[in-house]
Amino acid sequence: MGLAKRIIPCLDVDNGRVVKGVKFVEIRDAGDPVDNARRYNEEGADELTFLDITASSDNRDTMVHVVEDVASEVFIPLTVGGGIREIGDVRRMLNAGADKVAINTAAVFNPEFVKQAADRFGSQCIVVAVDAKKVSQPGETERWEIFTHGGRKPTGIDALEWVMRMDEYGAGEILLTSMDRDGTKQGFDLGLTRHVADSVKIPVIASGGVGTLEHMAEGVIDGKADAVLAASIFHFGEYRIAEVKEYMQSRGIEVRD
Amino acid sequence: MQTIAVIDYGMGNLRSVTKALEHVIDKNQKVILTSSQQQVAAADKVVFPGQGAARDCMRAIDEHELRETIVEAARNKPFLGICMGLQVLVETSEENNGTECLGLFPGAVRYFGDDMTDADGNRLKVPHMGWNQVAQTRPHPLWQDIENHSRFYFVHSYYLETESPQLEVGHCEYGKGFTCAIARDNVFALQCHPEKSADAGLQLLTNFVQWDGYDSDTRD
Repeated sequence: MGLAKRIIPCLDVDNGRVVKGVKFVEIRDAGDPVDNARRYNEEGADELTFLDITASSDNRDTMVHVVEDVASEVFIPLTVGGGIREIGDVRRMLNAGADKVAINTAAVFNPEFVKQAADRFGSQCIVVAVDAKKVSQPGETERWEIFTHGGRKPTGIDALEWVMRMDEYGAGEILLTSMDRDGTKQGFDLGLTRHVADSVKIPVIASGGVGTLEHMAEGVIDGKADAVLAASIFHFGEYRIAEVKEYMQSRGIEVRD
Repeated sequence: MQTIAVIDYGMGNLRSVTKALEHVIDKNQKVILTSSQQQVAAADKVVFPGQGAARDCMRAIDEHELRETIVEAARNKPFLGICMGLQVLVETSEENNGTECLGLFPGAVRYFGDDMTDADGNRLKVPHMGWNQVAQTRPHPLWQDIENHSRFYFVHSYYLETESPQLEVGHCEYGKGFTCAIARDNVFALQCHPEKSADAGLQLLTNFVQWDGYDSDTRD
């Protein structure tokens, strides 16, 4: 027995409320962040990720309160992403009770920011979120690039080179999202996940594309991910965390009961 | 009113620790987050957390002039070290090309290494991050009502190696077996994060806030 693979529900937060939406269409209010966090905690979530999808920076203070409220009542690791652009943002979120922050766009525009943040607060709390998209044609050697702005803007950066660089810069973890699979429910991009997991010495969280229990297990077995993150299958009540864990266990994956 | 002081020397996320303690204290207790020598000295119980690198932790302790205060607290009142708060209690750490630590306990802190694999030959990631099982290697009041082999949340790249087996109260396996909790007299320190370990962690903190500082093995 050893380290358990982690199951991480991801909650989108807009203006202080958890929202559910499919590809940002038909966004519906899904309630209070603390209630949601408490429920996932009771169901056995190993960690929680809150993603601030608020477009305007005016509402950043609201997110700080959300983190404070959740951290006062739910005692499992808490990651906050969305709009983390400078050292002050990291400090604010950690002071509010987040255990880790996920840095995405800001890392692409200023890779040194990751180094500074890791030096200042320790690698353990710096997650680099990576949105990758396949750019190779069928028949070619598989290749992925980093995209920003929700997968709309290409950067020309090779995904594998990028994650190795982020590892070297002091990231404590990679949150890897396949833009090709995100929201499709067709399963993780296992090739991408495996290549990234093999390229870095830090843990990798697979994200983007989960539709079934099999997908979750595949992410760990074939994708070699250390953790799997999903949003919609939990939000819409299709699966409960306990079901995922039971299934993964039946596939020989070690999980926390 | 009993006071539990969480030592604030500028390292890491202390809010999690204070929030979790506030969640488990009774109405006759209060939690203070402090970097004041006097407040730590006056507290009934002390929690010594820590995150980041060993060298930075030691430097921060000295910048806050808290070395004597910490050593004194570890001598005479219920004292809980968490994560880096365990590592700096021993003699040395390999981190940052060797760092002298507080030297309250025999032992050294070592890097896991980048070449660890599991039984199936898969590479083991460093940091050791996530929920792992803690084997309770001997009884202790802080293990009360916590099932043996319960999972706790870990996040660390360095581990404790001690030649003093009687110090160990908890053991963990990650590529190799290592001591993840130590105790002697009024001190209990662990590598994992009870403040992030859901029910098992909250139970440990509950046991700490109720603890009189006597080790079950050494009580007369």
